[in-house]
Order: sequence, then C-alpha cells, then structure tokens
Amino acid sequence: MLVTERERLRDDIQAMADRMGRKRDALIPILQEVQTKHQQISDYAMQVVADLLDIHPVEVYSVVSFYSFLDNKPKGRFVVRLCRTISCDMAGKEAVARQLMNDLGVCFGESTKDGKFTLDWANCIGMCDQGPALLVNEQVHTKVTPEGVHEILEACRKTFGVYAQEKKEERA
Amino acid sequence: MADNKKNIEDVSRAPVSQRGPAMERVAEGEGGIGAQVAVNIDGRDAKVPMGTTILDAAKKLGIRIPTLCHHPDLCVAGVCRVCVVEVENQRTLQAACAYPITQPTKVKTHTRKVRQARRHVVDLLLSQHYGDCYACTRNNNCELQSLAKEYGVDFFRFGHPTEARYEKDLSSHSVLRDMNKCVLCRRCVRTCIDLQEVGVLEAVGRSCETKIATFLDKPLAEVVCINCGQCINRCPTGALRANDPTDEVWAAIDDPKKHVVIQTAPAPRAAIGECFGLEPGHALTFEMNTALRMCGFDKVFDTNFTADLTILEEGTELILRLYKALVQKDRSVALPQFTSCSPGWVKYIEHFYPEYLPNVSSAKSPQQMFGAIIKTYYAQMHKIDPKDIVTVALMPCSAKKFECNRPEMMDSGYKDVDYGLTTRELAKMISEAGIDLPTIPKSDFDDPFGSATGSGVIFGASGGVMEAALRTVIELVVGIKVEDLYAHADIIPMRGFDGVKYAEINIPKVGPVPELLKKLVPSWDWLKGATLKVGVAHGTANAKRVMEDIKAGGKLSECHFIEFMGCPGGCLGGGGQPIPTSPEIRAARAKAIYDEDAHYEIRKSHENPVVAKIYKEFLTEGPCGHLSHKLLHTHYTPRGKYIV
Amino acid sequence: MTAKITFATIEAGAGLKAALGKGRADIIGELSASGIKGRGGAGFPVGVKWNLCAAARGESKYVVCNADEGEPGTFKDRVILMEHADLVFEGMTIGGYATGAREGIVYLRGEYAYMRAHLEAVLAKRREKKLLGKNAAGKQGFEFDIRIQMGSGAYVCGEETALIESLEGHRGEPRNRPPFPVDTGYMGRPTVVNNVETLAWVACIMAKGAGWFKSVGTEKSTGLKLFSVSGDCKNPGVYEFPMGITISKLMQEVGGEGAKAVQVGGASGHCVPAADFGRTIAFEDISTGGSIIVFGKGRDMLAVARNFLDFFVEESCGQCTPCREGNHKLLEGVTMLAEGRCSMAYLKELMSLGETMQLASKCGLGQSSSNAFLSIVKNFKDEIMGRATQGSLTHRRQGADHG
Repeated sequence: MLVTERERLRDDIQAMADRMGRKRDALIPILQEVQTKHQQISDYAMQVVADLLDIHPVEVYSVVSFYSFLDNKPKGRFVVRLCRTISCDMAGKEAVARQLMNDLGVCFGESTKDGKFTLDWANCIGMCDQGPALLVNEQVHTKVTPEGVHEILEACRKTFGVYAQEKKEERA
Repeated sequence: MADNKKNIEDVSRAPVSQRGPAMERVAEGEGGIGAQVAVNIDGRDAKVPMGTTILDAAKKLGIRIPTLCHHPDLCVAGVCRVCVVEVENQRTLQAACAYPITQPTKVKTHTRKVRQARRHVVDLLLSQHYGDCYACTRNNNCELQSLAKEYGVDFFRFGHPTEARYEKDLSSHSVLRDMNKCVLCRRCVRTCIDLQEVGVLEAVGRSCETKIATFLDKPLAEVVCINCGQCINRCPTGALRANDPTDEVWAAIDDPKKHVVIQTAPAPRAAIGECFGLEPGHALTFEMNTALRMCGFDKVFDTNFTADLTILEEGTELILRLYKALVQKDRSVALPQFTSCSPGWVKYIEHFYPEYLPNVSSAKSPQQMFGAIIKTYYAQMHKIDPKDIVTVALMPCSAKKFECNRPEMMDSGYKDVDYGLTTRELAKMISEAGIDLPTIPKSDFDDPFGSATGSGVIFGASGGVMEAALRTVIELVVGIKVEDLYAHADIIPMRGFDGVKYAEINIPKVGPVPELLKKLVPSWDWLKGATLKVGVAHGTANAKRVMEDIKAGGKLSECHFIEFMGCPGGCLGGGGQPIPTSPEIRAARAKAIYDEDAHYEIRKSHENPVVAKIYKEFLTEGPCGHLSHKLLHTHYTPRGKYIV
Repeated sequence: MTAKITFATIEAGAGLKAALGKGRADIIGELSASGIKGRGGAGFPVGVKWNLCAAARGESKYVVCNADEGEPGTFKDRVILMEHADLVFEGMTIGGYATGAREGIVYLRGEYAYMRAHLEAVLAKRREKKLLGKNAAGKQGFEFDIRIQMGSGAYVCGEETALIESLEGHRGEPRNRPPFPVDTGYMGRPTVVNNVETLAWVACIMAKGAGWFKSVGTEKSTGLKLFSVSGDCKNPGVYEFPMGITISKLMQEVGGEGAKAVQVGGASGHCVPAADFGRTIAFEDISTGGSIIVFGKGRDMLAVARNFLDFFVEESCGQCTPCREGNHKLLEGVTMLAEGRCSMAYLKELMSLGETMQLASKCGLGQSSSNAFLSIVKNFKDEIMGRATQGSLTHRRQGADHG
C-alpha cells in the first residue's frame, strides 16, 4: 500500500474514532464502518484502530475474527449471504446455493476475481417464513428461486456501474 | 501480601468477565463487605467472607477441586469447566473458580454428575490434544496429564488426533509455540494481555476454530513479543516452551577443544531445588556449583560479579547524567535513567516507548558484560583463544536467549554469550547426568569471578538492582556507611512485591570523590542537600504504569533513576524459572535471595575486590571509560509497535 | 402471513403515559402482578429483574433491548420492530424510568441492518415529540434516550452477557454469572436486558393493566405470546396465541396438520414428535422464545439434527470446553449415524456427553445446544439408526453376500 493511501486510511479512521469516542466500546462500531467503507479491515487499519483506542492490535484482530460480518481479507462490493439454517434449508436453499455458485463461478467463502461479489453463508437471517432467503449487503431477498438468482445478481451488476462511475469521479 | 496481582485488578483492561467476581453489592443491614457467609461443602461447614469463590472456600476446608484454566496470578476465566461442582438449587453445574458465595450455599464436589462432567471435559480436551506425553518437555509436569490420571483416563473416549493441525512456531530465540498441544485455557492470553500488558497473544476465530494466535498469525519473532516467557510459566501443557539449547551445550562440553564457561545468575539458585522436589525457598547455590562441574563445565562463575560491575558502570553513568544535567545545565540529558538489566523490559521499551530509549542506561546487562569480559580479559589472562571459549549463561529468563543473540552483542569480536540456559533446562541437564542435586556436596565458584557481593545476589529480586545501586551511591557520594542510614544495609523500601515502589533519599552532606571517579567529577558539592528520587517497577504492566506517569509529567517523571524488571517479582519470577509459579512461590524465592545476601561478608558492589582489580588491570580508564564503552555498553533499537 | 396482533390495538403512548403517572415501585409491582416472564426464551420474571436493577447501586444504569434475534426459526422481533417499534421504545423508556437508567441501547443484529434507518427515524420522531431526552414525555427530571448499536454476525450475542461484552467492544463471549447484569452489566453498571417482545408487552401491560395480561395463559405462564411459525405448514408467519396452547391446536391454526414433529424453541429447543402434540407451550411444559418449526412427514430427522449442529458448531463462541468441543463431537456422531457406522455404545456416550453439555457449559447456548440432538435421538431412534451407505460395514457385507 502506498504511504499516501495509508495516510488517507489513518485520517479516515481517526475521524471515525473522534466521532465515536476513543474508547474500547467504540471498537465494533468503528470496525463496522471501516468494513462497510473499505470492504475489509486491513492489517494496517487494525493497527491504527488499536493505536487510537489504546488497545493491542491482536485484540482488534481477535474481535475481527470473531464476528462473521467483519473480515480482514478483502470482500467483494456485494456480499451475498445465503441463509443455510433449517427453514430456508427445507424451503430449497440447496438449489439456490448451486445456482449462485454457477452464476458467480465461485464457491461459498470465495470472491469473484473482479472483486464485485463475495459468496457466503449466513446463519438464520430471520426470514424463515419466506425462505429461501438471502442478504445482499444489507438488503434482504426472500422466496428466492434458482431462476431469481440471476435477476438479483444482475441488479447488483447494474448498480456496480454506478459505483464504478462514482469511484472515477472521486479520483478525478 | 501485596503482590502485583492487586494492582492489576485495579487497573486491568481485561473484560469484566475475565476479572474476579466483583462484590460491591451487599444486602443492606448485613454488614457490607467483609461480612461472613456460611458455606457447606461436601457436608463440612465453614464461614467465609462474602464473595469468596467456592474454589477458595474449598481450599480453606482442605477440599481439593481440580482446575485447569484457573491460575493464582490471573483473573478468573471459568472456561475450561474442569472445576464444576453442584450447587444446591442450581439447575446447572457451576465453575468453582468463578462462583462467588454471597449467601448460605451448599456445595457438592464429587457427585455422579460432577464426575461425569469432569471426565467428559478431560476427554474432550484430549480429543484435540496432539502429541505423546513421553516426548514432551512437560512430561510429569503437565496439568492435563495430571487430570487425565486423576480421572482415570485409560482410553480416548472421543478419539485422539493422529496428525498435527498447526505448524509449530519455532521462529523465536526465546519462546516456542506448538498450538497442537494447546487446550485453550487462555492463561497465556491473560498473562500476555492482563498481567504483562504486552498484548501478543489472543484468542482468534470462533467455536472449534478458536486458537490462540498472534496478530495476523505472524511468527513470534515478528511481533511485539518481549520474550519474557511468563506465558510459558503459566501454560498448563507443553504448548509453550523455551527455546532449549541443551544439545548444543552438551556438544560444546563434549568437544575437548572447547573451554566451556558457565556463569550463573542469582535467581536460578534460589529456585532450582523446586525441580528436584524441594519446597520453594531453598537455595542450592553451592550444590549447583558441584553439579555443574560434574556435568563437565570447565569453569563455574558467578554472574554476581558482573552485577557488581553493572552497579559501577550504571551508577557512574547516572552520576554523569546528573552532573551534565545539574551542573553543566545540559538540557539534552535524558532523565530519569532506566536500568537495562532486564532484556524483557529492554525489548518492551524498544517496542512501546522507543522515544524513551535515550533514558535507558547504555550499560549492558550483567550476562552480556560477563560474556564480553570472559572472551577478552579472561581469555588474555589464561591465554586461551577466545574462539575456543564457549560461554554459557544460566539465567532465570527466556528473554536472555534473545539478548545473547542480538547482533550488536559481539563486542569481544565473538558472540559474547553463546548460549542462555534456563533454570529448567539446567535441571534437566543435571538429571540427565544422573545427579540428585539436593544431596551432593557443596563447592565454591571458580576464581577469579567467584567472589561476589550480596548486592549482586539481590539483583534476582524486584528492587534489588536499586538497593545495590543505593548501597554504593550512598557510600561513594555521601561518604557514610549505608548501615548508618539503613539497619544492616537493608534498604527495605526497595523490597517487596508492590507493583511500583518509590523512595527519596536525602543527601545531607557529601564525602570526597573516590579515586575511581576522580577523572569524571571533580567534587560532590553539587549534590549536597539534594534529594535522590528513585523508583522500582516489576512486570511490564507496572512498567507501563510508570511510563505513562512519566509521559504525563507525574511524580515518577521527577525520579533520577528507575529500576525496571520485565517479570513480576523480578528475575526470581522469570520466564525460565521452574513451573509452577504463584505469589507464594515467588515470595519464598525472594526470601531465599535476601537470606543469601545477609550471609555475604561483602555486601556492597564497590567493595568487591575483583571489581577493583579489573579497573586496575584491564578497564584502566575506569567506569564508563573507553574500553568500558566498547565492551560493557551497548545501544538499542527503536522498534515501534507497528509490524505491518 | 401475519395475523392481527395485540400490539396493533394499543394506543400509542398510552402505556408510557400510564407508567409515568405511577411511582417506580408501582410499575415494578404491576409487572410482577402481571406475571410476565422474559419473551426471549429464558423466561426470567420481568418484575424481579427490574426490581433487582432498580435496587442495585450504580452511578449509571442501562436498559438494553436485545434485538439480536438469531434463534433459527424466530422472526417475530423483525415484525415487531418493523411495525411496532414505538411500543418497544416505550417499553424501554418505562424501563429507564422504573430502574433509574438514563440510557437505552438497542442491540440490533447485523442481519437486520436494513431496519436501522427505519428505527432511527422512529427514534428521531420520538425525540421531536419530546418523548426522549430531558424531561422525557413531560416528566420533570426524567431523562432518557435510546441509541442503536449494531451486531456483527454472532448468534451467541443473543446471550445477555455476550451481548454486553459485544457492546463493550469485545468478542461476544458470555461472562461468568453471578454477578448478573442487573448488578454488574454494561460498563460494570446495573443493566436490564430484555427481549424486543418483552419490552413491547411491558408497554401493553402499563396501558391495559396486569389483570388484563393475566386473564389469558396459564398460572405460571401468563399472557399472550408471539410465535414465529415456519417449515412444513400452509401458513407460516407470526402468530399471537395465549401461553399454554397445545401443539396440536397450534398446528391446526397454522395449517401444520399431519406434521411428524415440531421443533419448539429453535435450534436450542426441543424436537417434539407427533405423539406428544398434546403437550403445551408454556414455561412449565415446553418453553420457547417463539420459534416453531414444523417438520412434515417426509423429513429426515437426522438431516435436521445435522443442520442444527452445523449451526452450533459455527456459532459457539468457543471459550468453554463442553460447548466448543462437544458440539463438534455430536456433529461427528451425526455423520457417523448417517454413514451407518455409529455403535449403540458410542451413541450412548454421545447422549451422556449431551447431558454434560447441558450441565457444565458456561452459558445458555452451550447448555441448550445439545437439546435438539438429544430429543431427536430419543424420539427417532428407529429412523436414524441402522443406516447403510457406501463404505459402511453393512455395504461390505452385502458385497460379500453377492460375491
């Protein structure tokens, strides 16, 4: 990572810490924001957070490794989480899972090469009456059929175009 | 007894769940904290103070409850579930180590449910514990092994791993990790984060993927580990151990061309008996000398000699700093001066407070001074080619292994100290040689580095370096006998296990400058009426407290000299000492050390005749002179805490 | 489907208004009189909990709403939060008043992040209406506000002490109890942690009185309860029934007739076979946080057990031995059963291990994680034993017979 990028990341995290308080109880909210903004909590970011909250980097690493929604490895811009718990399972999640893998070309726990998608499992997302259900980032999709998978992913891809443009503008 | 544990409870950053049960709330009118409450364990009655754990209450009644994750130095975890007991009116079993008695309680410690649960817990731990007992450093000193025996494990109910799950981490000079043997009791985590506040080890992952790891699973050598080895001392199994060079030492002994010299530090002699079944607190100094010769070491020297030398070098350095600061008004002089004997502390400050490295005395530790002296002065004196000398250091310490491997520690032209042995490793060598240490005849150290002083001995206890330094400074500067100020020259304020100790010594008058220092300071007049302020901290958690106080410009920032020891209790609680450790064991070792000091004829470093001789014959420019600087002083590396 | 529930009939603000008109002790007395027990599953009497917290000494106190609804098959809190959030916040405000807390925290599970904007909007409106903040709801000297903190994907954080650990920025690892949160909770201060539904019922009880609440249910399990029904039934969704309803009656209501078994209480609950459908859902019989999962005739109960154990093997926090290693061993056992290579002796060993997990685990998760396995093994032994697959001894013998 370039020094300037690091500096930017540090400033960014510092602003978060100042906003949420430089205390241990601000740790998870800060990590959540870093995760959402950067799709990962990088090794450097963990150390910066530790430094600002006066805790040890290994404690941050420990917390990141505990929660399913925090990750120190890069995730795709869209994280697709298919519920695998009993009700969704009985409602036919297996076929949806296979179709997701087919359409994305990756297995569960992996990200697409272009960095757009990460495919993952979720444990019970509270949509048991409308399974199979999945989350795309924060958005929930219910009664997903194998056929419907394509539509969901396409919608993401379209949004991605907008995101890509935004990114370009940011750089310009 | 005020151990450092007390301080840690006050200020620990550990999650509340990992602290002892807090007992603030007491029903009104019941007498509040300190009230007694009735407990009945296995049909026996007792009264205990409110909030006492079932485990402690049982101990009081002489009832043993097995434990694994519990450790007397550490806060409560309650995670292994070995100590579960039945508490009346409770649906589930309760962890005795964590359950506070706050109302009359009836407990049963070995019902069918309890026995079954404990056995299952042991069986489950064994189902994940890879390795064979007979091929393990902790064979016969392993808490998991003892539990398996106690619960009659004669087969692996839930299986036993047939292959390793994790790669061993052998990167460190000091601490080796084999996580295949880890039982996830998290004692190392609580040691590293709460007790020492170094923060290298934490639980990572979740559920059965949980493991104890470093930041980003980096090898120990690449993270902020200070090599103190306190985690080793508290590991119940062989998952953590010291990097053991005994094979290399035996090979050197067996090589007829090699002249193998061992120096022994004061703390191991006070503890090695524990490895041979003695109660803590029996010093075996002179038996150990005999044993070392029987093992085949060519010379057996006393590290206390260089401890005395350290006092002169470090003391002179302090005087020079004070002179520059107070008389020459040099504002660049870094004060307070910090001691540099403890390699754990040195690495700690390199990582966590690199901006304060100028405060650290440039004097090497006694171990490294000795190595350099052996391979120069001693080699010349005995006409031995230094390349044929192998210097071994017996230390209570795992960090000394790292220290002797520091690239800068080659001032003699060779590696100043070739191998660092821990107390445990030497005990193993002695056993291997078929020697029953406690029963063999005594013998003295070899000349010329055998004669030492009581000041050298107390380096082994927290506050010892400061006490030794004060004994010398008072006599050299004030020109009066220490005994006139402190009975028997025992500087009591420096002793004991308080986390941070502080003292002020008034210098009402000054004596003449002794010959040795005349070149450096013309007179002591500038010290007349001054107050010398000194501090002592042991364990890096306390060191951190002191450093933060200094940073904030607190009382300790006004100190002139501060002793820091990396380990709780000082060297006697070092990471190379016999396992187990506890506040009581460390207190017994401290007593052994101070008893030995009391028996020395010479108890002040500057009165050591060999020290005087070496300044006359070899280090002719005196303390902090040119040759001293070359051989006996060093520099440090600002490492910082960012590792990526 | 979502049937009309009582919450929809309660006039906004009625409960809070009624509560603020009473003394603190009277509020707690009313709750105690109503007999309401925690709706999250553990069933601790709400009045007792609030009373302990109110009596505890502490510079500050907290009311925490446990919205970490993660029990498989539970989704009633989702519906409550989306449709009746005001009622929940009202309950929290009443809790703040009754216990002396000034701060309320909603711990919202990460999976429900999409609700956050809605909830924040409801809170903003409440602040606008001066129902939160200084002199809240017009009560002089009463200050109370609510903030939302997100979870990050860990089922165990539904356990109240793990939730508090997570709020404090730690791994969601349950604490030793005692001390209990009412004594030593968030930031070491007295803390009340209640489920979303419980808090909503509190507001209802304040509005309509303890007698109204008590008029339905059983003696030990008073009042109405929301149920999340899913699985093999015609009409999955959220239902409201009085406590003490029989399983067979419940099955009729949701169109689950002919079911082979019902999982009451989610993954950590019990699997009830059709023969026991006469039993009631109540704290004194089969208790639940609201999760009802219906298994139709064709379901493989071993697959069900595997799904639940997969869940726990993933979601155990991993600190205590029985839960960390035990669930792993039970899952291995299910695999052995599925492959037809589990001896009866080993199955018995696993069942006794399951008992140890119930007794010796540190928290409620571990203590209940073997429930499903144990009840499935107990009730469906004939279905799950004696299976033959490739590689099992059975298969080898068949090969020999043919050769």
